[in-house]
Amino acid sequence: MTLINASSHRVEIATSASRLAAIAGFVIVVLLFAAPAFVSRRLLQDLFFILTMLGLAQCWNLLAGYGGLVSIGQQAFVGIGAYALFGTSILLGVNPVPAILIGGVVAALLAIPTAFFAFRLAGAYFAIGTWVIAEIVRLLVAQWKMLGGGTGTSLPNSIRREFWFTETIQDLFGVRAAASRDILAYWLALILVLSVIGGIYWLLRSRRGLALSAVRDNLQAARSVGVDALRMRWFVFISAAFGTGMIGALIYMQKARISPDAAFSVQDWTAYVIFIVVIGGIGTIEGPIIGVLVFFILQALLADFGSWYLMILGVIGIAVMLFAPRGLWGLFSDRTGIQLFPIRRRLVRPMISNDKREG
Amino acid sequence: MIWVNTIVQGILLGGLYALFAAGLSLVFGIMRLVNLAHGDLIVLGAYLILLLVTLLGLSPFVAVLVAAPAMFALGWALQRYMLNRVLGDDILPPLLVTFGLSIVLQNALLEGFSADSQRLPTAGLASASIELGAINVGVLPLMTLVTAVLVIVVLNQIFYRTRLGRAFRATSDDAVTASLMGIKPANIFAVATGIAMIIVTIAALYLGTRANFDPSVGPARLIYAFEAVIIGGLGSLWGTLLGGIIIGLAQTLGAAINPEWQILSGHIAFLLVLLVRPRGLFPRAVD
Repeated sequence: MTLINASSHRVEIATSASRLAAIAGFVIVVLLFAAPAFVSRRLLQDLFFILTMLGLAQCWNLLAGYGGLVSIGQQAFVGIGAYALFGTSILLGVNPVPAILIGGVVAALLAIPTAFFAFRLAGAYFAIGTWVIAEIVRLLVAQWKMLGGGTGTSLPNSIRREFWFTETIQDLFGVRAAASRDILAYWLALILVLSVIGGIYWLLRSRRGLALSAVRDNLQAARSVGVDALRMRWFVFISAAFGTGMIGALIYMQKARISPDAAFSVQDWTAYVIFIVVIGGIGTIEGPIIGVLVFFILQALLADFGSWYLMILGVIGIAVMLFAPRGLWGLFSDRTGIQLFPIRRRLVRPMISNDKREG
Repeated sequence: MIWVNTIVQGILLGGLYALFAAGLSLVFGIMRLVNLAHGDLIVLGAYLILLLVTLLGLSPFVAVLVAAPAMFALGWALQRYMLNRVLGDDILPPLLVTFGLSIVLQNALLEGFSADSQRLPTAGLASASIELGAINVGVLPLMTLVTAVLVIVVLNQIFYRTRLGRAFRATSDDAVTASLMGIKPANIFAVATGIAMIIVTIAALYLGTRANFDPSVGPARLIYAFEAVIIGGLGSLWGTLLGGIIIGLAQTLGAAINPEWQILSGHIAFLLVLLVRPRGLFPRAVD
């Protein structure tokens, strides 16, 4: 009989798949940063769309998949972030690039009263409560006559020419102003999405992440071991709003034209995002990545079929929820045990060498 | 006097919202299910009535009698074969499935009937009104409110006077124990959703005769209905009626001040009630 020293056991989060994924991920990120040098402008715009939808999906996944807060009102934060960018750049003369950050801050501020009301509603009613609040914000913004009221407004050319970094990009790639703005928006989207994914992954691996999973899985049990559930919910809700607001601001900086109906669209900024997360796999970081690729391919294939596209998306979403509630990534991960962003803590036994056994 | 008129119109509008909400309230009361496709199902009902009116030349008020059994069957099947599968402690699956259903319905209606707005023909009834003192009351709004009250009376009778109602209440309180007594919760839920769809068809009749509708108006009806249910208190049908009236009043008063504020005032009234009485005015179900 040998006593195994307890201290020789280790708690590990990383798996061999995740180490490989980290290397592959690094290569992909380097390639993505270099993309403007070798891909067409059209493809760059597609990548921008994929990245921003992925960012929104990760934020919603943080709320619903990890925080248990199913919101149908995220368009409130997309819209208010975008309007904050238009407001500060048109009315106050702030450069739109730093105004993206302002968009995030304003969205986070809006999240405070939103949470104050919506947290009074439990479960499913929370979902529609957030939607009502998004409608209120849309109707209020539509009254803001200085930014065009219900019809909206455009970023004036004088402001569009002044975007930070665009002159450097023009010199670097030898492109015209419009193309340089696309490259800038693409890089900003890439940085934002990487920060969102990195931030969420860091959060989930920390003590707070454990608390978060505990609250989602069983509120009473989490409370009984001392997790301040309400504080976790506030934290998650405001963080998700901050990320969503910045992405919303960036999307509309690139579009350069805004209206309340578009910026606060429940379909574009919440329905699509929910389908991306559900189809890919809710409650995982990998899921939205798979989901956004499926979403983009479907959209490219079915773009000519108008409303059929949404119908098919809806049917796929329902089917996934009924038959594979953990999404495509869940199906794959369950079969293979592979996790690219592992958050589960595993106990690793020490290797016991032969000579020790003999002794 | 103009204010008295506004208040009366608001109460009558509230009848419509109570009709939108009654089905939602019933389903939530029995199985704690929030159906995000509720508004779109009302619009589907309106198109079904429209189809019967145009194809068979029926009056909308007769067509609703044909449409109601069909909608009952649809609701029954929807619950039996789809929604029952996702009921449980986790609120995410039913929300996401009904949200998907909402998107599918909207786009199927868009594909089938185009985005043109439609209206159910009423042969002059829509413009008819009765004079009560100095106030003109529209016949159709008055019928809506009376129907809403009747629907709630009938639902309460079913709930408290029939075997079915007893099964509803038992399943609502404790589905497992109820099933020990020989009740099949899956069937009870299916019947409840079927009944909710009959109310949805009645709501669709008034939605379509009182105003124009198109495939995109469902979500807004869901929101009004939801606000009425929350204001009234979960599980209380009379509370739902009062909630509908409060939303109707707030919208009409808001519109009287500034037409752009109509919808906004309804939402703000909802938030105010939520602020003062988070569990609604007559909370009954303990959740």
